[in-house]
Amino acid sequence: MAAVDPTSVEGGRRAARTGQASDVPAWLQGLPVSWWVVGVILLFMPVVANDFILFQIFGWGFILGMIALSLMFLGGYGGMVSLAQMSIAALAGYMIAILGSSGVQTISLNWPWWLAIPVAIFIAAAFATMIGALAVRTEGIYTIMITLAIAAAFFYFTRQNYTIFNGYTGFANVVPPDLFGINWRQSVPFYYLSLACAVIAYCVVVYVSRSPFGLALQGVRDNPRRMAALGFNVFAHRVFAYTFAGAIAAVAGILMAWQNAQISPGTAGLPAVIDILVIAVVGGMKRPIGPFIGALIYVVLRTFAPDILLTLGLSGDRFKLLIGLGFLAIVYWSPDGVLGLWEHWRARRAKAGDPLTRGGDAQ
Amino acid sequence: MNGFVQRNPIWTVIIAVLVAAFVWAVVAPWPPGMEAVVGRKQIFLNALFNGITLGALYFLVASGFTLIFGLMKNVNLAHGSLYLLGGYIGYEFAEATGSWLGAFVVSFVIVALLGIVLQYVVFRRMEGEDLRQTLVTIGISIVLADLMLWRWGSHSYQILSPDFLSGPTTLPLIAGVRGDGEIVYLRFPAVRIAILVASIVLGALMWLALNRTRIGMLIRAGVDDRDMLAASGVRIQYVFVLVFAFGAGLAGMAGIVGGTFQSVAAGEDMRFLLASLVVVIVGGMGSIFGAALGALLIGLAEQLGSVYAPTYSVVLTFLIMALVLAFRPQGLLGR
Repeated sequence: MAAVDPTSVEGGRRAARTGQASDVPAWLQGLPVSWWVVGVILLFMPVVANDFILFQIFGWGFILGMIALSLMFLGGYGGMVSLAQMSIAALAGYMIAILGSSGVQTISLNWPWWLAIPVAIFIAAAFATMIGALAVRTEGIYTIMITLAIAAAFFYFTRQNYTIFNGYTGFANVVPPDLFGINWRQSVPFYYLSLACAVIAYCVVVYVSRSPFGLALQGVRDNPRRMAALGFNVFAHRVFAYTFAGAIAAVAGILMAWQNAQISPGTAGLPAVIDILVIAVVGGMKRPIGPFIGALIYVVLRTFAPDILLTLGLSGDRFKLLIGLGFLAIVYWSPDGVLGLWEHWRARRAKAGDPLTRGGDAQ
Repeated sequence: MNGFVQRNPIWTVIIAVLVAAFVWAVVAPWPPGMEAVVGRKQIFLNALFNGITLGALYFLVASGFTLIFGLMKNVNLAHGSLYLLGGYIGYEFAEATGSWLGAFVVSFVIVALLGIVLQYVVFRRMEGEDLRQTLVTIGISIVLADLMLWRWGSHSYQILSPDFLSGPTTLPLIAGVRGDGEIVYLRFPAVRIAILVASIVLGALMWLALNRTRIGMLIRAGVDDRDMLAASGVRIQYVFVLVFAFGAGLAGMAGIVGGTFQSVAAGEDMRFLLASLVVVIVGGMGSIFGAALGALLIGLAEQLGSVYAPTYSVVLTFLIMALVLAFRPQGLLGR
């Protein structure tokens, strides 16, 4: 009995170690190195990149990435592919123009920003809930078709309605408020603003996907009947997923209106609606980082494809063809998008590097 | 029918009164008091007939879509592109040879061939993978749209109707009464009436082919249970290819009809894809009658809406869809 119990010493050491590191939270220690690298690069990007890259490439990429992220949440965790996310974002943009200030003085209500922003997000989330209540009555392909029809109806309605949405022209001069004396439309502040929103949205999605609600939603995706038998309200889980995704899309929509300084029906036109699906699918619908990768690829292609095509001797107008062919190739060969390709490649390399499984593979 | 009358006497009376009022509104000259409130009868009749003929066009596009979906359970979101391609091909052919009727044949054959290629290359390889098929067809529609934009630009082309169908025809319907008591009859473009008659005939032929022929029997059996059909020795892939080719060809022909009615232009592919989506959602997936009913409803709603409530005509279409979804998610005539 006099012998020291080795486990207790080990346990004491472990306690001491965690006690030493208590100033750094445990979840931060668990982050892989690549995250730190990406985080540092993104934080110090303004040092090297010029205004155009910060504002047009990264700002736009983060915004599109957030809208595609909301689609990824619905599609990846809920199994519901909704094409109406761009319409929800555009509604939030419209609301910020109508409730806040814009170039159209007859319609805009000029509310202060701290009131206009939450109300705009709330209205867009309510709209998303309504879409969800309609769309969850259907499954799979039907959901895609119905949300596509809703998105088209939204586009035509905003184009024809002049009393609220100001018809074809929409709203110009929609600018962010001058908070803390900073012009948030300048490239560096806007870069950090959109980066912060994107990071928060990403973290919230990761958190929610591991919360009881997110786990139940994934259960509903895999087997709705069993979840219903276990006592979960399948309908409510699905509709709330739409509400949550709608709130994320709404934040992105407000940023989008500020970035373009205008909002018009074309913002949520059918090409834009399809683009969001393209981004989410190209990036990969399995993990929340996918949409941001897809958005970055899309924005870079969209911005530089005309130059690339011109150097190849083709007309610069053909970038849609390039994007369409790329999209087609990815969905044809890798349904999980670029992330799927990357994981496939890593799995193959891991296999090749391991002598034990390599022998088994050769058979 | 009798059972419905006995079970719902009140609804029967309401429907009968509505039908009688509608027939009266179409046939009888309107009293001046009514014209003051609703507008001239000429306008109403024109909107009505425009709606019906637009419904006929929607039916042509949507019936192929719903047939393909009903049999193979794949959603071809490139259907609108097939429509637009058919329109462009028909325009080129009609311009080159001056033959409007010949353009239908050429368009049908070329677009049907493209449909066969699609079925072989795309759909056969991903049977049962709904989402992947949808995404691939979206990709195809993006590529096709841009290729067509490359070839034909963003102008809109009008396909001229042939001489024997040009100009208006007089219908035996009273459009109004002049001050001196003379009765004015409704005049309506002859080509639209011809298209309407043609699509009704086509719908009837499709019904006959589905219900009275051997291949129709195979298709219906495939809709009900394709695994069982394949197990009983039918080469179901041939049936699939046939139906896909027919549905695609129908969309191509509809492109010429649309080009004669309105115009062929970039962007129309999305419009008609959307119209077919709404039509089959309202009518019920996989049902030819459902497509006809949905097409009529949506065509009427669009045209009457654009005359009597111009701002909200699109919302009217959408409202019909939302109501159908809320109360009958499988569509009006869906199973």
